[in-house]
Amino acid sequence: MFQISLGGAQAARYLWRVTRQSRPRPDPETTPAILPDQFIKWFAERGWSPRAHQIELLAKAQAGRSVLLIAPTGAGKTLAGFMPTLTDLAERPKRRPGERRRGIHTLYISPLKALAVDIERNLTKPVAEMNLPVTMETRTGDTPAHKRQRQKLVPPDILLTTPEQLALLIATSDARRFFEDLRYIVFDELHSLVTSKRGHLLALGLARLRAIVPGLQAIGLSATVADPDELRRWLVAQEPQGEMADLITVAGGAKPDVSVLDSRERVPWQGHSSRYAIPEIYELVKAHRTTLLFVNTRSQAELLFAELWRINDDSLPIALHHGSLDVSQRRRVEKAMETNALRAIVATSTLDLGIDWGDVDLVIHVGAPKGASRLAQRIGRSNHRMDEPSKAILVPSNRFEVLECRAALEASTVGAQDTPPLLEGALDVLAQHVLGVACSAPFDADELHREVLTAAPYAGLERYTFDRVVDFVATGGYALKSYDRYAKIRRTSEGLWRVSHPRIAQQYRLNVGTIIEVPALNVRYVRQGKGPVARGGPVLGKIEEAFLETLVQGDTFLFAGKVLRFEGIRENECYVSNAPGKDAKVPYYGGGKFPLSTYLADQVRGMLADPKRWKALPEQVADWLRLQAELSVLPRRDDLLVETFPNGNRFYMVAYPFEGRLAHQTLGMLLTRRLERAGARPLGFVATDYVLGVWALADMGAMFKSGKAELGQLFDEDMLGDDLDAWLADSWMLKRTFRACAQISGLIEKRFPGQEKSGRQVTVSADLIYDVLRSHEPDHILLQATRADAAAGLLDVRRLADMLSRIKGRIMHKDLDRISPLAVPIMLEVGRERVDGESGDSLLSEAEALMAEAMGGATGKSTP
Amino acid sequence: MRGAEPIFIEGAAHAAEIAVAGETALCDRRGALYFPDLGLLCVSDLHLEKGSSLARRGMLVPPYDTVATLLRLQAVIDCYRPRIVVSLGDSFHDKEGASRLPSQMRLDLSAMMAGRDWFWVAGNHDPAPPAGLPGDTVEALALGALRFRHEPSKNAPAGEIAGHLHPCARIVQRGRSVRRRCFATDGERIVMPAFGQYTGSLNVLDRAYAGLFREDGLIAYMIGASKVFAISGAMLRPG
Repeated sequence: MFQISLGGAQAARYLWRVTRQSRPRPDPETTPAILPDQFIKWFAERGWSPRAHQIELLAKAQAGRSVLLIAPTGAGKTLAGFMPTLTDLAERPKRRPGERRRGIHTLYISPLKALAVDIERNLTKPVAEMNLPVTMETRTGDTPAHKRQRQKLVPPDILLTTPEQLALLIATSDARRFFEDLRYIVFDELHSLVTSKRGHLLALGLARLRAIVPGLQAIGLSATVADPDELRRWLVAQEPQGEMADLITVAGGAKPDVSVLDSRERVPWQGHSSRYAIPEIYELVKAHRTTLLFVNTRSQAELLFAELWRINDDSLPIALHHGSLDVSQRRRVEKAMETNALRAIVATSTLDLGIDWGDVDLVIHVGAPKGASRLAQRIGRSNHRMDEPSKAILVPSNRFEVLECRAALEASTVGAQDTPPLLEGALDVLAQHVLGVACSAPFDADELHREVLTAAPYAGLERYTFDRVVDFVATGGYALKSYDRYAKIRRTSEGLWRVSHPRIAQQYRLNVGTIIEVPALNVRYVRQGKGPVARGGPVLGKIEEAFLETLVQGDTFLFAGKVLRFEGIRENECYVSNAPGKDAKVPYYGGGKFPLSTYLADQVRGMLADPKRWKALPEQVADWLRLQAELSVLPRRDDLLVETFPNGNRFYMVAYPFEGRLAHQTLGMLLTRRLERAGARPLGFVATDYVLGVWALADMGAMFKSGKAELGQLFDEDMLGDDLDAWLADSWMLKRTFRACAQISGLIEKRFPGQEKSGRQVTVSADLIYDVLRSHEPDHILLQATRADAAAGLLDVRRLADMLSRIKGRIMHKDLDRISPLAVPIMLEVGRERVDGESGDSLLSEAEALMAEAMGGATGKSTP
Repeated sequence: MRGAEPIFIEGAAHAAEIAVAGETALCDRRGALYFPDLGLLCVSDLHLEKGSSLARRGMLVPPYDTVATLLRLQAVIDCYRPRIVVSLGDSFHDKEGASRLPSQMRLDLSAMMAGRDWFWVAGNHDPAPPAGLPGDTVEALALGALRFRHEPSKNAPAGEIAGHLHPCARIVQRGRSVRRRCFATDGERIVMPAFGQYTGSLNVLDRAYAGLFREDGLIAYMIGASKVFAISGAMLRPG
């Protein structure tokens, strides 16, 4: 493997020569790359030469290997990925008249539509300049039907597409003919493709393609990850299990120049707005050519954008970019970035992926980055030349984030990675795939099972489970076998599974994919007071229905960089008017929230435990920790600190696990159940990424000291047994997870815009199905899939379990007379968090009481 | 109308007592309406065999909706022991629904019907009498001041008890939205919630309800997990 710093063209040229002439390593698999003359000439004419990893990848591909290339942005990854394809096509003999048309030669899969389009643009240039006989086309959800149709008849050599389109192509009856000439499949941004259910569906698709073309070679392009071997296995057939693609790693270029903003202002205790630092951020924008401002959530993006414009006295062109904005608005911003017309862009994760735009010389991360790898990828956005250091500044929005930012900075210095481990393949995705395969052609269950096992996420799938999935696809898989006559797939007399009706295939095509969108409404601009009557204004973007439902006419909120006044909802559109100069009254939650990575959490605990490391922290934060050491205690790295103290007329228990909000929420739910049983009369809890706070009527500190309740028992791992099951059963989180599983597995159909409202009365909601299934068939395969999902996702049970086992016998209890310095941030959150309650009864009760009060108690009474 | 003393029926805890056209009624949180003075229990929109109806069209939802709906019906019947039961239309999800009813459930349902007057009000989903089941199928049913029919009618005289629209109501309290099925009434008429396990619902503020209730008179009896809550129309939200 070449471990070189890819500096100037000189170094690369030297290495290339070495590769071609003297064979640096006697590895039998490494034969020298064969580079056709056009390519040598093309590079030479530009004074370039291929980079070492490009040549190495080519050599391995030509030797018949699948390859994973891990390289930082700017290393020429894309060209490397296409080298085997382009060289192969350059040497391919011309099709003679009368010879049959050739199918796709190379399939390129990217996580984003925009990326596929971008790559086509970048690749067209060298292809044209070398005059290569290569045709290339994109196929995305936006591709018009006639073009898709033509692509089926006259396939291009290179097809650039997305995972969803691949699933669709596989499910067509001519899939075999379409793919039989396939030689390479290139996965771009593989690290981001594999992490979700999308990755599971894609892995199954890859297995299918391998079954059609046994010699198919896969090339994965990825940013740096914690465990490259996982990706290497993902790329190749798991037979035998553990088989891996070859690995080429390109070391990073210059070390990034990362710092934490040392603010002149006071860093607040809590909150996520970073308002205190806005003037300093503005100064930084002014001092650089183009600044990319990253935030974690859409609401933060809106807020930061509004605050920057409030003080933008120089009228710098500052733009906003997030996934909820209308596409045309996003495209305008992207266009402006390309031409370097902007000085700053406020963006969320939609810009995370490797789209090369503009001349960014500074990345500012507002709020903590939550993960070391995520930060590294975002920093990579700046300065796409590898030999120059990228410059990034982290702006923590509260004191715990100062610690987290510091930990992330140290991680970036040592190049630590914390991408999460890959999950086992989900069964709802498998169900979708099984039906897709049947839509293409009748299948044999034994063969398909063997094929599925070659996909890395499903390598451990038992035959029994596979059969249950097939049964689910056929008749719903219910113990009560009443749907045999309505089966979607049936076994033919030759023992093959075949779709029972062409309509099934049509339905399948409408529902393919694993991305479940939250119900959202178009936000349309109208003149104030006109309400729904005045139609026809521009659409600003989409907002979740759940948020819009809580608004009344006249409420103001921030969206698309404007203060908007809510006018009303009609059908599937929300009407808003401009409310300039007004304050946004309703805070807008939403947008993605990433949990704190395990790695950073551990680093933060380490930092707390070691006063020597506080020197690196801003003085005000170091002071805060010193005060905590004096008035309470700071836990050792692997210990869990639990503080108890009275405040107001309640008693508080504050724990500091640093395991992320999701795990803390689950812990909070389970702890309150146990405290209830112990007689502590808990009233509520609040969870952040760092801390969990519980309040109760009884003095929990006294209970722990007197032995009436025992902390070790309270935090015992056995809470993940019965307590978890009991709580889970009614949890809204499980219902939400089930809804996604039911859609992905094809049990219920996806909703399309417009169907949503009108159909409410007639369609059956996933929640109702869930209730029925839970009480009548709790072991149904879809409920199993749901529980597995929730444990890994919304509940983060895995992480909670790891934590509980880590702190066994290491709980440090501190009973205090008053709130400790470290507890201040969580105490400020108490009462601010929205209640995501289990049942709405308490809220209904409040509303009823309000009404009874207003009407003098005259209406509606209940029997006792 | 009765005095201030609440009616006590064992098992009917947390039902809301209301008056419609002078007749006392209990809104049971399982979705049934009971008139104690008439000994009459009313349920609406059972939509039995909706699951198998969807399965026919390729949506293989769990086949347990009929059994779940019948179990709940059994529970309210055991609780109130009514002399008369009115099923207010759309008792079956489609015309063949009754013939698809599994034999055990047909027996259970027949047992429930035995010894009482049972009326199937015709609905748009099930205009004809259910195949193979006893009971009287009627277009509408008048009893004293009350008139039972499937679809509510505008400008009807007081006392109409109808279903068809599957009402639900929504409030927003402390930034959170709560949507529940409800009995919608203005004291003169009632639109019943759907009783069936797989039935969806439509907000009482939807245009479909226009002209049904007295201005400002609407109260939604929202079905919570533990009891039925009386919420005035002024507090309700559309959507």
